[in-house]
Amino acid sequence: MEKPLTKHIRPDGSQLELKNYVRDGGYQILRKVLKEMAPAEVINEVKAANLLGRGGAGFPAGIKWSYIPADKVAEPSRYLVCNADEMEPGSFKDRLLLEQHPHQLIAGMIISAYAIKADKAYIFLRWAYKKSEIILMKAIAQAYEAGYLGKNILNSGYDLDLYVHTSAGRYICGEETGLLNSLEGKRAVPRDKPPYPAISGLFGKPTVVNNVETLSNIPHILENGAAWFKSISRTGEGGTKIYGVCGRVKNPGLWELPLGTPMREIIENYAGGMRDGYKIRGALPGGASTDFIIESQMDVTMDFASLVPLNSRLGTGTIIILDDKTCPVAFIHNLIKFFALESCGWCTPCREGLPWVEEILKSIEDGKGKESDLEILKFHTTYCGPGHTFCAHAPGAMEPLQSGLIYFRDDFMKHINDKHCPWRS
Amino acid sequence: MLTEKEKHEILEEVKLYPYPAVACLDALKIVQKHRGWITDESVRDIAGLLALSTEQVDSVATFYSRIYRHEVGRHVILICDGITCMILGYESVYDRIFEILGIRFGETTLDKRFTLLPVSCLGDCDHAPAMMINNDLYNNLTVENIDKLLEKYV
Repeated sequence: MEKPLTKHIRPDGSQLELKNYVRDGGYQILRKVLKEMAPAEVINEVKAANLLGRGGAGFPAGIKWSYIPADKVAEPSRYLVCNADEMEPGSFKDRLLLEQHPHQLIAGMIISAYAIKADKAYIFLRWAYKKSEIILMKAIAQAYEAGYLGKNILNSGYDLDLYVHTSAGRYICGEETGLLNSLEGKRAVPRDKPPYPAISGLFGKPTVVNNVETLSNIPHILENGAAWFKSISRTGEGGTKIYGVCGRVKNPGLWELPLGTPMREIIENYAGGMRDGYKIRGALPGGASTDFIIESQMDVTMDFASLVPLNSRLGTGTIIILDDKTCPVAFIHNLIKFFALESCGWCTPCREGLPWVEEILKSIEDGKGKESDLEILKFHTTYCGPGHTFCAHAPGAMEPLQSGLIYFRDDFMKHINDKHCPWRS
Repeated sequence: MLTEKEKHEILEEVKLYPYPAVACLDALKIVQKHRGWITDESVRDIAGLLALSTEQVDSVATFYSRIYRHEVGRHVILICDGITCMILGYESVYDRIFEILGIRFGETTLDKRFTLLPVSCLGDCDHAPAMMINNDLYNNLTVENIDKLLEKYV
């Protein structure tokens, strides 16, 4: 089983030092790319590899890059931004790559920036990742010193400066146009699209925003080729995935596995199965904004295409487990409370709808709910859903609610009929 | 009034950008680093320095959860109220902290030692429940280990 992203990671979890990475061949691919390949060739290789965006949406990275205007003379300023905001509850996969393998990300960013002909790049970092910030700053300084960043990188004539921007909080910064507004020092309200960032992004210039894990894959694709990348997944989408499991399992954590590894295998073989005394009821496959799947569906292969027929999504690939001793209403209420608090407030369905949903869920959890409340919740899953809001924030919030209302309807009804939460004494 | 040091640090950020307004959030972070929180006066001073209106600066200051527009204590405790921390029993941790400090969420102790705030996920879900005091992350919290953690912060 190939594990390109984590093969160099040290067993004790400490940061991989530059000299050890270089000794194992790190940064060597830069010489070939910057000196022997044209930017368009780099884009073509990534397109051929079909690298699907690892931030959650699964948009092909090579295609995203190809929307950047090719003519550097007509559009001299352009930017690459690494989305390291990862603020979705239950998602913590990028932390591993940031803390333990910063140079792989930097190498990936240099190649990606070269492909889109950008000479400035930013890492937009989650505010809570204090350790990552220190590690990244040090790694970037080392990369400058070694000549991998700055002017005339490795005598190729290519220049790139890389900056870290540490966020001041707010989940909506992870939405790529909200992120760009935040980088510009404004409120992180998402922008109307089109134009997409590839045409008008940071400071109105062509910009690519890619996730940490996506960018960390780039050096390996250029080193080993698109055909290799496609061959290492278990299903057809190519590459590996950093999967995570959290909740009441014996061994919560993160593992790099071939894309398309079945969910049950991840939970049983890697997360060690459920803790003694707990049974699994369902799971969110990829963070707080993905639809529940239930125990009987867990043989699903964890890739972008396979979860769609189950009306769910791969998202970030970090699985949150709902066990039999956790109240599903309280679980969903916790998620919606998060989304209501983190709404940027720009559009009405999200700003007003999410707090309404939150209050209703709270009243049901507190034993004050009515059966008609379920209709109000269902109404919101439509009117806070796709097509009714300015961005994907409220539709994401509705995903665990809409599936939860179907799979856990009996639990909702028991709260309403018994006038208290069955999980509370 | 901004100190010379604060002004210098803010203007260093301005140099990195195509126009000064971009440094608005950086400026707020810099002033907060030195003073703990952002007063109305600081909002006006930053606006003056970056040629923005006070409303523009305040719209940014009030948007971001890690910019404080109220006075906070010497140490800020951020306890995760995310889903994984809920599953793994944050309620008993909360209760213990409320009991030790005698304050609830959003409050500061009378001696201004601690401010207590809930926070939506710290990204340490494989070691839940988690909290952060200033820049220090603590995880696998139990009712028993909280007292000792707080002792370090005077």
